[in-house]
Formats: sequence, C-alpha cells, structure tokens
Amino acid sequence: MSNTKYILGSFADPDDMMHGIDKLQANNISIYDCFTPMPIHGIEAKLGVRPSRLPIAAFCFGALGTTLGFSLLYYTMVYDWPMNVGGKPSFAMPNFVPVTFEVTILLCALGMVATFFFRNHLFPGRTPRVMDLRATDDRFILAVDAKENADHALIDSLLKEAGAVEVKYNDRKYVSYE
Amino acid sequence: MGTHSHHHDYNFNERYEFAGKAKMFSIIAVVLGVAAVAMGLLSGDHVTVERTYANLLLMGYYFTCVCAAGTFFVALQYVTQSAWSAGLVRIPQAMAGVLPIASLILLVIVGLGLTTHNLYHHWHADGLTDPNNANYDPIIAGKSAYLNVPFFLIRQVVFMGLYSIFAVIFAKLSYKEDLEGGLASYKKSFKLSAIFLVIFGFTTPIWSFDTIMSLEAHWFSTMFGWYNFAAMWVSGICCITIIVVVLKKAGYMNWVNENHLHDLGKLMFGFSIFWTYVWFAQFMLIWYSNIPEETVYFYKRWEPEYKPWFWLSIIINFVAPLLLLVDRDAKRKQNVMLFVAILLLAGHWLDYYIMIMPGTVAEHRGFGIIEIGTALGFLGLFVFLVMNKLSKQALVPKNHPFLDESLHHQI
Repeated sequence: MSNTKYILGSFADPDDMMHGIDKLQANNISIYDCFTPMPIHGIEAKLGVRPSRLPIAAFCFGALGTTLGFSLLYYTMVYDWPMNVGGKPSFAMPNFVPVTFEVTILLCALGMVATFFFRNHLFPGRTPRVMDLRATDDRFILAVDAKENADHALIDSLLKEAGAVEVKYNDRKYVSYE
Repeated sequence: MGTHSHHHDYNFNERYEFAGKAKMFSIIAVVLGVAAVAMGLLSGDHVTVERTYANLLLMGYYFTCVCAAGTFFVALQYVTQSAWSAGLVRIPQAMAGVLPIASLILLVIVGLGLTTHNLYHHWHADGLTDPNNANYDPIIAGKSAYLNVPFFLIRQVVFMGLYSIFAVIFAKLSYKEDLEGGLASYKKSFKLSAIFLVIFGFTTPIWSFDTIMSLEAHWFSTMFGWYNFAAMWVSGICCITIIVVVLKKAGYMNWVNENHLHDLGKLMFGFSIFWTYVWFAQFMLIWYSNIPEETVYFYKRWEPEYKPWFWLSIIINFVAPLLLLVDRDAKRKQNVMLFVAILLLAGHWLDYYIMIMPGTVAEHRGFGIIEIGTALGFLGLFVFLVMNKLSKQALVPKNHPFLDESLHHQI
C-alpha cells in the first residue's frame, strides 16, 4: 500500500483538462477538486459542485446589520436622549433609513468576507494551502483522492491520454508548507 | 483560447420574422392610440386638451428614454468590454435604431405643447419676465437666461440629435462587422462609446430638467436628473428582457440561456434599488430641511388625488422587484422575469405620471381613455418600430469578438 494521498494531473491546456474530467468521470473515478489559474465557465456544473451558500450567510449578516443599525438609532435617538431636530418627532422613520441601510450593507459585506476567509482557511498572515503551486500560474490541475480510487495505473493512463504533461503522486495534501 | 471543445449548432444567420399577429396587434394599438389622442385634442375642452398633451409628453418621453437606454446599453457593453451580452446586443441595438424617430416624436410634442401653452406654461407665458407686467414672476425672470424658448428648443434638438447620431453609428458599425469581420468596427465602437457615455452622462440630467422638471419651474432638485436616469435605465432593461423572453418563447435565440437572463435580472434588481436610493435621497433631503419652496413638490403629490399613487409607485418600483427578484432562481426563470419586467414598466409609467401630472393638469388628472389610449398607442409604435428594425438584420452579431465567450457564459 503506497502512501500516496492525492494524484495530481497537471495540464498545460484547459481543453485537455476538460477532456481529463470527461475521461475520469466516464470511468467512475471521483474528482476531488480542480485548480485553474483563471475561471473556466461551466466547470462547476461539470464537476457537480453545489452552489455556494455564501448568499445565505450574506442575508443573515445583513439582517443582523438591519437590527443593530435600527437598535442603535432607536436607543440613542428615541429612548436614551430624544432631541428636537427641526421640530420633527424623535421617532421619524425617514431619519432611520440611511443609517440602517448603511449598517446593513457594512455588516453584510464584512460578514461575507469573514465567512469566505473562514471557509477557505484564509486570513492575513496565514500561509495559503495549495495542492500545486503552478495552479496559480500556468497549469490546470485535476486532483484525485488516491485512497478512494484504488486503480492508480488507470488514473495515470487516463490523465496522460487526455494530455496531462505531468502526473504527480503526493504523499501530502498541500505542498505549500515546504 | 477556446476552453470548450463541444460545438453548438447555432444558426447565427437567424432572423426574426416580423409578421402575423405581432404586426397586426401593434398596428391596431397605434390606430387606437391615434384615435384616443385625436379625441382628446379635438375635444374642444381646454382641460382635456391639456391632459392629452400631458399624456403625450409622458409617453413620448418614456418612449425616447427607453430607446436612449438601448443606446446607453450598447455603449456600456463596448466600454466595459462585456462579453455576456454579445449574444443579445442586437435587441438594444434595435431599440437604439428607433431613437431618431422617438426623438422626433418627442420634439414635436414638446414644441407643440410649448407653442400652444399646454405644456411648460409655468415658465412660458406672456409677461412672466417683464417687471411692468401684472404676470411678472421674479423667480422665472431670474431663470429666463436659461429657461427661454429658443435655448430650450436648441438644447432639446442638440441633446436628442447627439444621442440619435451615436445610436445610428453604433448600429452601422455592428452591421459592418457582420459583413467584414475583424476588430476594426469593435475598436471604433469602443472609442465612440467612451465619448458617447461622457456626453450622455453630462446631458441626460439637463435633458430631464428641461423636459420634465421645468413643468414646475419654481421648484428644482439636483437629484432629479439621476432619478430620471435610474427610471430610464430600469425601464430600458425591462424592455430588453421582455423582447428576449418573447423571442425565446417563439423559438428564436437559442444561444441566450438562463445565465444571460440572470444578468439582466441582476441589472433590473440592482437598478430598481438604485432608483429607490435616488428617489429617497431626493425625498429625504427635502423632508429633512423642510424649506417651503422645496417641499411644495411633495405637498402636491401628497394631495388626496395623488397620495395612493405616490405610494403605489414605491411599492411597484421598489418593494416588488426587491421581493420578487432577490432569489437567484427567480432571475433565471423566463416567466418570473417577464412578469417583473412588465410590472416595472407599468410602475415606471406611474412614476412618470406622478412626475408630470401634478405640474400640468393637477387636480384634473384622470385615468381613462386618454391615458390608456396614449400608452397603448406608444406601446404599439414601440413594438412595431423596434421589431421591424430587429427583423432587418441577423439576431446576433456573428463576428462580435466576444460572441464565443457569450455563448459559454455561466454564472
């Protein structure tokens, strides 16, 4: 039993990588993930990646922002220290709209960024975890989980048939620690 | 670089055939519209005539705005080098192609309204600028260096003329690209679009100050131009969406899919929020400072005959798209998009109604044969002219440099 954890097919051309996906899928080999230096339209659907749930987080943070912004205004302007501004009532709705709106947008945006960083293990100062360094440069990488898919020879030949310029057998998931 | 090896069998020479029921109904609508307008103008009743003019201004302005929005859309796609829209850009192009006719119609309405004192009588009447006259109005006199008939008409001609010239050039270059291919047309369109957007951005606020805001010439709001721009842009996007969906339902434009519809939906949603933002910014500043010469605008719209419509406009133009289009899936469904686009077009009709009527017919406003007939007539005219224009060329610019990217658009 080898110690190989992931088999990486490295392609120089995105079309070849798309062929590689087709070939692996035709042989019932599950693809762990795919890394490309640029976005490729249609690849999520092809790999069966589920739609991001980030909008749900965005909605929750936005709703929290609305509540906090409104509460802040209500507490300061109506409850704690009501003031006479231009003879208008303390609790005048149009006054409340801009601040509530801005706090909603602020929390929604910051919350989305935080959620995205958290989910992708990214934050300032953290070494990014990358499975293949050239995936951010000029190579299109297909990663296959070696434990789940036993027939390594078949994977190797399928990847090379599709046009992989290099097939790597990695014992560690990420290379960026090294 | 092609990232997809699978080829689609799209017929890029496909043309829309404008015939049958669509053509017949649009002609019937125009005839009904002409009949309603004639009935109003020939009624002999001063109030009815003025009401007809107000409706003609409303629909003439709406029609021109939508076609101008088509031109703006085309220019914006070039300047941002957008790829997603390449497959459907012939639709805004057709709308832009109708802009010269729309501009002429609006010019005739504005000119006749002005000379017959049915429109703009607030600043164009005898003796308004003469200190010795009983009608003397110092505020209007102070504005007369800008707001006088010759300069007003010159501005109208220059602004709409410029938009129309650009609209025609963009279409010509695109048709030339169909025949000759290459990047020459695209690069030229890119440059001209940048120039057009600067001109358009600076002149549309002034154009709406002139055409609509000057109906109540004492009042002014610097937000008014952007508020009108937002309404114009949302209604333009709605028209594009409706035509896309209708054509798709009729079996045309197979290369346009739910991803392109999604983008149109995002524009519709986003700019409805933008419309509300500008609307509210204008309202709140006036409400907050509470200066009589500014609040008079909203007092008029707060009268019993306008108040329910004032609120309905906010509900249709803000609350409805917010709730109906916020969901991702909703923006990808043809029928939802069709419904919201029609709703928003009705909503912006109401929006313009609330802008125009209190400054013209005020308490004599109505909603009857004249309103419905004029709206129907212009709708028929829009459908007839735009669909006729669309049928003259292939439905897709087949040599557009970003067409391939548009076909693979996925979001």
